[in-house]
Amino acid sequence: MSEITPAKDGPAVTQATLVKKAAPKSDYKPADVSPQRRVQRSFAVRLWSVRHSRLLEWFYARFADTFLLLHPLWKGIGYGRVEAPVKFVEKRVKGFMFDCRMCGQCILSSTGMSCPMNCPKQLRNGPCGGVRANGNCEVEPDMPCVWVKAWEGSKNMVNGDKILAVQKPVDQSLRETSAWLRVTAQAAAAREAAATPKTGASA
Amino acid sequence: MTAHQRDENPAGIHLPLDPLPGHTSRGRLERVLRRGEFAVTTELNPPDSADPEDVYNRAKIFDGWVDAINAVDASGANCHMSSVGICALLTRMGYAPIMQIACRDKNRIAIQGDVLGGAAMGVANMLCLTGDGVQAGDQPGAKPVFDLDSMSLLETIRIMRDNGKFLSGRKLTTPPQLFLGAAVNPFAPPFDFRPIHLGKKIAAGAQFVQTQYCFDVPMFRTFMHKARDLGHTEKVFVLCGVGPLASAKTAKWIRSNVPGIHIPDAIIKRLEGAQDQKKEGKQLCIDIINEVKEIPGVSGVHVMAYRQEEYVAEIVDESGVLRGRQPWKREIRHDDQMVADRLDHILHDEITETQVDMVKTAH
Repeated sequence: MSEITPAKDGPAVTQATLVKKAAPKSDYKPADVSPQRRVQRSFAVRLWSVRHSRLLEWFYARFADTFLLLHPLWKGIGYGRVEAPVKFVEKRVKGFMFDCRMCGQCILSSTGMSCPMNCPKQLRNGPCGGVRANGNCEVEPDMPCVWVKAWEGSKNMVNGDKILAVQKPVDQSLRETSAWLRVTAQAAAAREAAATPKTGASA
Repeated sequence: MTAHQRDENPAGIHLPLDPLPGHTSRGRLERVLRRGEFAVTTELNPPDSADPEDVYNRAKIFDGWVDAINAVDASGANCHMSSVGICALLTRMGYAPIMQIACRDKNRIAIQGDVLGGAAMGVANMLCLTGDGVQAGDQPGAKPVFDLDSMSLLETIRIMRDNGKFLSGRKLTTPPQLFLGAAVNPFAPPFDFRPIHLGKKIAAGAQFVQTQYCFDVPMFRTFMHKARDLGHTEKVFVLCGVGPLASAKTAKWIRSNVPGIHIPDAIIKRLEGAQDQKKEGKQLCIDIINEVKEIPGVSGVHVMAYRQEEYVAEIVDESGVLRGRQPWKREIRHDDQMVADRLDHILHDEITETQVDMVKTAH
């Protein structure tokens, strides 16, 4: 529960706001978990993606199928070798569309196409109790709460009830790796396991 | 004089209670709730000191009025004595602490260690929280950890308890016996998601929930109605968070500065109109308790009286929620009392005797 600190004059100034005011755009901003790096940005594209979550869900399903279809190609080249170029593209595409943080274990389709890693607390299972009355973030007053948007987005989606699944904690060792390739490799492995007769042997 | 109170281990107040069927912990709070009694919990204001007496004194004012005491984990991201430390002291004295664990400050390695340590000290209740952001506290430059979130934390501890395993799958030789709690805030958006979110917390392992401060009873009623329709209230004990507001000025300040606390205009108007605002704040809290206790599915109240802890007893008493029941109270044990009665004078009497005096009295 929140603790009430003695009254200060004027509205609360968050650290993010202080940094925003003090530091020029070109300044170094910590790369992984600090909320500071999210200052000075517009959320237009991210919000567009949430509004069109239904379309993106459909597109993503086709896209995953295509990627799986290309499994022989990835396997031929080698998943390890193809990782770098795929990651390069994935990072930029998802970065533009969803402000992706490259956690490496994408759950966009379970969160209404709103990337949960944009939450300053990196919550993957729902909003915290600090959401402001206007639906904005507690930590960053100018940013719409990622989870308010996730709920809106998931209501548009066919499989929107995937938001009800309890997500496992982030595996930090998968950061900065391609989620597309991992999902494809896992799907291909599952398909092969299902296709091969049950001899007990596994690859 | 009774030998011992209900929900007390006769072999010593600091020891866990006998296990009961259907109970996952060996603590007092779970027993009270499962018996269907209206539970009262409160929050201990953590001291900024290394003196154990500070904790004991702060716990003493709740004696006989509450069923469990929350040991907060740097709430509001302000530095205080740790919840593990407070729990160590409280369990020693026989109190039933609810150990809060916030995900802000510790990663999964530290948290799982604390869960085992806490359980070993006799902590029977743990409350899993996300934690306020570091920007809210006295050290905004701290690194926010948030390795787990409240949901995965619940699941982690549930797995430790039920499967006897760490998150990694490594086995525990003795799993912790715990009653797991979570926090819910029905007063923050997205409102229609909040009851569903509660369901998710139950699925992750929550057995009781404490809500954020309730100042808007109709809003809370709507939330409870939806939670009931979803069947959640049969699976979880809901403790409604309440607390006295010191004045209209404080209420306004909280409203604009503490995210997640919703105070309607009517409440502020009522406080402003009062002669004695502090008294009115207390009365308001009692009125809210009286309203929420009638809502089906509410199993108790969580009284948060930050820096007004002395009012908790009055609020609980005047609202009559205990219905004549007295929660466990720290008492001097019968045998200790007998020793004290006979020998207490030694502490106060002037007993410095000279050898000459001793010789005189011998004759």
